Amino acid sequence: MTHFIDTNVTLSRWPFRRLRGDDTVELVKILRHHGVTQAWAGTFDGVLHKDIASANERLVHECRQHGHGILLPFGTVNIMLPAWEEDVRRCVEEHKMRGLRVFPNYHGYKLDHPDFARLLAMCDEHRLILQLAVSIEDERTQHPLLQVTDVDAAPLAGLLKLHPRLRVVILNSLRGTGTRNLNHLSACKNVSFDIATREGVEGLKTLAEKISVDRVLFGSHAPFFYFESAVLKLRESGLGEEQLARIRTKNAEALLLG
Amino acid sequence: MIWDLHCHIATVPGRTPDERMYYLVQIADRMGIDRMCVYMGMKWSDDPTPADFRNQNDEVLQALSHWHHRAFGFAYINPKYVKESLDEIERCIRDGPMVGIKLWVAERCNSHDLDRIVERCAELKAVIFQHTWLVTSGNRAGSSTPQDMAELAGRYPNVPMILGHTGGDWELGICAIRASKNVSVDLAGFDPTSGVTEMAYRELGAERIIYGSDAGGRSFASQLAKVSGAEIPESAKKLILGPNLRRMMLPILHAKGMQA
Repeated sequence: MTHFIDTNVTLSRWPFRRLRGDDTVELVKILRHHGVTQAWAGTFDGVLHKDIASANERLVHECRQHGHGILLPFGTVNIMLPAWEEDVRRCVEEHKMRGLRVFPNYHGYKLDHPDFARLLAMCDEHRLILQLAVSIEDERTQHPLLQVTDVDAAPLAGLLKLHPRLRVVILNSLRGTGTRNLNHLSACKNVSFDIATREGVEGLKTLAEKISVDRVLFGSHAPFFYFESAVLKLRESGLGEEQLARIRTKNAEALLLG
Repeated sequence: MIWDLHCHIATVPGRTPDERMYYLVQIADRMGIDRMCVYMGMKWSDDPTPADFRNQNDEVLQALSHWHHRAFGFAYINPKYVKESLDEIERCIRDGPMVGIKLWVAERCNSHDLDRIVERCAELKAVIFQHTWLVTSGNRAGSSTPQDMAELAGRYPNVPMILGHTGGDWELGICAIRASKNVSVDLAGFDPTSGVTEMAYRELGAERIIYGSDAGGRSFASQLAKVSGAEIPESAKKLILGPNLRRMMLPILHAKGMQA
């Protein structure tokens, strides 16, 4: 069976729709069925909740209780909340997390916010992978009472000059404005991209031509998206087995080791 | 059997319609897609003049010229120009190889400008495909909503029609046309959001759901996943992937003596 490291799954409930797999047991069942040996898991609770510490505690608990050893928790940090540095400390010291996930658009800040630079420095200091979700849902279909635009990730290019070893993964970025993000960040060698929202015929092939295939990560955005979408994109890509193996597992393994 | 309702020769590589069609067929082969419906030309315009839509249809006719065993063409028309649109239906469908029409965003589909177009398509048994999107922040002036489609479908309850993109905001789109039994939904051209196909199956039944991709703007992959990943019976998936579209097209294919 082909194996995958899925760098983009999310636990708990999406506020606007029940999803098949918003129960951790069900999600893990789907992932294991498709050969996922490791999944980097954030939590939908981190998007809107104010008590981020408890959201991260539940995330860790769910990963341990129901993860069958494949779920790797990526805690949320919201720099717009008071004393957010304590959430970073708990993720590092208490939960021993390997990375964090941020949702700047849902949390209401731009990447030129001074505290975002401070968060980058803390991630660098603690050797954390930083996952930045550019979007969760297509702007056109968002609930009318919660309209958020995709994150403009362009300022990262400048910020990362101070942190050349920091590992950053851009999630759900390759649709619409995401193309602009890709153009701005293509020169940043320490930035990787997941494939969940990459579109177009042979979309992965054209992505691998634009940036090195070493910076392309398998990510499904499950359970928000059908998991099968990411798998079928590999088939559609026409890429060779060596390149596919990098996307499926090797690039994520290297990032974790980094 | 997989028939793809919704493909374009724009936004795919190739200098000519022939090169682009060859490319699409290659990738379709890789994904197991047997037939494709193709509409609109190399360069789109959202409010085309008659000269423009004729030119775009000529490009599609050229793209189809070597691939009649793999692809069908729909004529792109603009209801703002009723006479010219009707003339184009005669040229491309009655006298040419095309089997349906594509309506995009020039004019909302509840307009009575569409009436003579729908009536002529019904006479020819041509497939009627209408792009629809419900954008949360508001639609552009000529862009149709699923509610508009329901209104049109209500005027012609015996004429089959297709709701493009399931209305985009699919939870609303499905509800809007639920009672319009002559309307099927097109799964193409929006994110592979989990649950869409299950809801359509629950509310409309398998027979009113049609697979499409919106390639080359979209991948075949993400759109096929809406079917393969759905928690619905295998028998329903099979209908959605091909037989539903084939059933809708058979009258005009038979009338034209085309193989299917």
